[in-house]
Amino acid sequence: MQLVAEADAKTIELNAQMKSRLADERDPIEPVIKLDHIHKIYKMGDIEVHALRGITLTIRQGEFVAVMGVSGSGKSTMMNIIGCLDQPTRGTYILDGQNVSKLSKDDRADIRNHKIGFVFQGFNLLARTSAIENVELPMLYAGIETAERKRRAREALEAVGLAGRENSHPNQLSGGQQQRVAIARALVNHPTIILADEPTGALDSRTSVEVMEIFQRLSRERGITLLVVTHEHDIAEYARRVIIFRDGKIKSDEPAPHQRDAAEELKTLPMLDDDDDD
Amino acid sequence: MNIFVIFRIAFRALARNKMRSALTMLGIVIGVAAVIAMVSIGQGAQASVQAQIASVGTNLLFVGAGSQNVGGVRSGTGATSSNTLTVEDIEAIRREIPSVAMASPTVNARSQIVFGNQNWNTSVQGVNEQFPQIRKWVVQSGEFFTEADVRTAARVVVLGQTVAESLFPGADPVGQMVRVRELPFRVIGVMTRRGQDAQGRDQDDNALAPFTTIQKKLLAITHIQFAHVSAISPGATYTAQEQITELLRQRHKLAPNQENDFFVRNLTDVAEAADETNRIMTYLLGSIAGVSLLVGGIGIMNIMLVSVTERTREIGIRMAIGARSSAVRTQFLIESIVLSLTGGAIGIMVGIAISLLIPVMLGWPTLISFIAIVGSVIFSAAVGIFFGYYPARKAAGLDPIDALRYE
Repeated sequence: MQLVAEADAKTIELNAQMKSRLADERDPIEPVIKLDHIHKIYKMGDIEVHALRGITLTIRQGEFVAVMGVSGSGKSTMMNIIGCLDQPTRGTYILDGQNVSKLSKDDRADIRNHKIGFVFQGFNLLARTSAIENVELPMLYAGIETAERKRRAREALEAVGLAGRENSHPNQLSGGQQQRVAIARALVNHPTIILADEPTGALDSRTSVEVMEIFQRLSRERGITLLVVTHEHDIAEYARRVIIFRDGKIKSDEPAPHQRDAAEELKTLPMLDDDDDD
Repeated sequence: MNIFVIFRIAFRALARNKMRSALTMLGIVIGVAAVIAMVSIGQGAQASVQAQIASVGTNLLFVGAGSQNVGGVRSGTGATSSNTLTVEDIEAIRREIPSVAMASPTVNARSQIVFGNQNWNTSVQGVNEQFPQIRKWVVQSGEFFTEADVRTAARVVVLGQTVAESLFPGADPVGQMVRVRELPFRVIGVMTRRGQDAQGRDQDDNALAPFTTIQKKLLAITHIQFAHVSAISPGATYTAQEQITELLRQRHKLAPNQENDFFVRNLTDVAEAADETNRIMTYLLGSIAGVSLLVGGIGIMNIMLVSVTERTREIGIRMAIGARSSAVRTQFLIESIVLSLTGGAIGIMVGIAISLLIPVMLGWPTLISFIAIVGSVIFSAAVGIFFGYYPARKAAGLDPIDALRYE
């Protein structure tokens, strides 16, 4: 009798968990990013530059995608459009079920604030500002109250392994640490997608693997959709899907043949002398 | 987007670069401090003049022979060519005009006063015994002459402090004999110290004797040059002025189309003339200082523009993270206003400090003007808004993609 009761209780608990998880999670059937015949044309004086020539692309929630291509291939333009920093000239972009193709500047700013996290090659932290204040920045624009802001910021810094460095300024942090602060900042408003533009471009090899480990962990544990732009094949191999751009079109879109496990690799990689946070 | 949050963002941004913020504010600080100091000097001068006049007695009228200077600020120690004003005129004024309380005929004789081997050239005024009450100016030691002295044209003299100190350094002049234009006079008193008058002349450089004595023994004249008259109250001065004029015109048998051969000056006119001069000076000083405030505002605009350019990347980051254009614009506008208001506040404190130091260091009177302070606050805010608007708009108009790429 008791066992049955226990089993029942467990089932109820499990059901509740599943229900809440389903409520939190977006519908896995509906893609997070849906691009349909996207064109982008720039006018430079008399000349028209056709940067994107009809991109159709679907990305589902939780995917870890690497975007590659030479300069001029259109990958940066594509990322700007996906990140709502720019608008397509033609075509539709549906982000998380919402058509964001023709939104106003202010609306796009709001979308960026709530749904998108950016990580840049140059970290782009505010100088002379502490790590925790940097991480809090998106929440300031979202109107989050002080106590909640501090809590979430600390949580985010912990998630990237910088729990003790809240009050350090960027000039007191190594490149890898600064990038981690940037990642924490990107996480803090619980975005739908994170866009990383050459996130390891300014980092040494070991730190690059550390950053990829964080990305992989976030993708696994939090189900965040990640798009990483890179020109390094090594880095692309940490993703699960690789899209290659060329001349404004998608040349190839394949699952990664062999996804590397950054966490495993870290265990065997040698430590570098100037890495001072371990 | 909560305005308080943007305030906080703006404050943090300014605090991040304290040196630059301080230098930007410097123009406003200097401008405001200059305005406050200048205006307080001007107002100090005005108040000092008004105090002077109040101490002299605001019910004082000055009658003189000859025609008045237009808009005259000269208080009439100049020679007058007319001899139509008589002692009897003054008697009549005192007797017949109800709004007049007292009157003293007055003559002036510039004379050399000698004591032993000291001499001093000064203005010797002939007045009557009512003079101290009319001018509210009494003796400090000894006594003033009496009606009897006036009647008998006694050779007595009361010295002003400056004359007393020059002829009798360290000694008491009372009871001593001096020579005025070679004639022996007995010093019977010394006046209290008065200081400078509204025109900056030393009122203590003066000697007083019965007017009859001066008329007969020094000048050999029978007319008088001036008269000090006091009205029964400050409010009665204009009535008194009218009535004296009417009486004198009658007595001098002036036809309706003839001008007065005398003048009656109400001290209020003198006060207002001096006041007007000071007011103009205050405005002038204030305007010059205001120009420097304007320059300070231009300084703010320049620094804000440079700041926008330097912070292009930062603006791009903020926009990428989700700041609306309006949030960026408001942030920079608030930064500009905070800079100018803080500069204004510091300028006010510096201006007040200078205003308090000047009397100590230069001896000029100052009076801190509340209006100047309020005006400076408003002006600082206006400068911040006006000169900050263009840079703020520029910041808000940046394209995030370009801004992020900016080196």
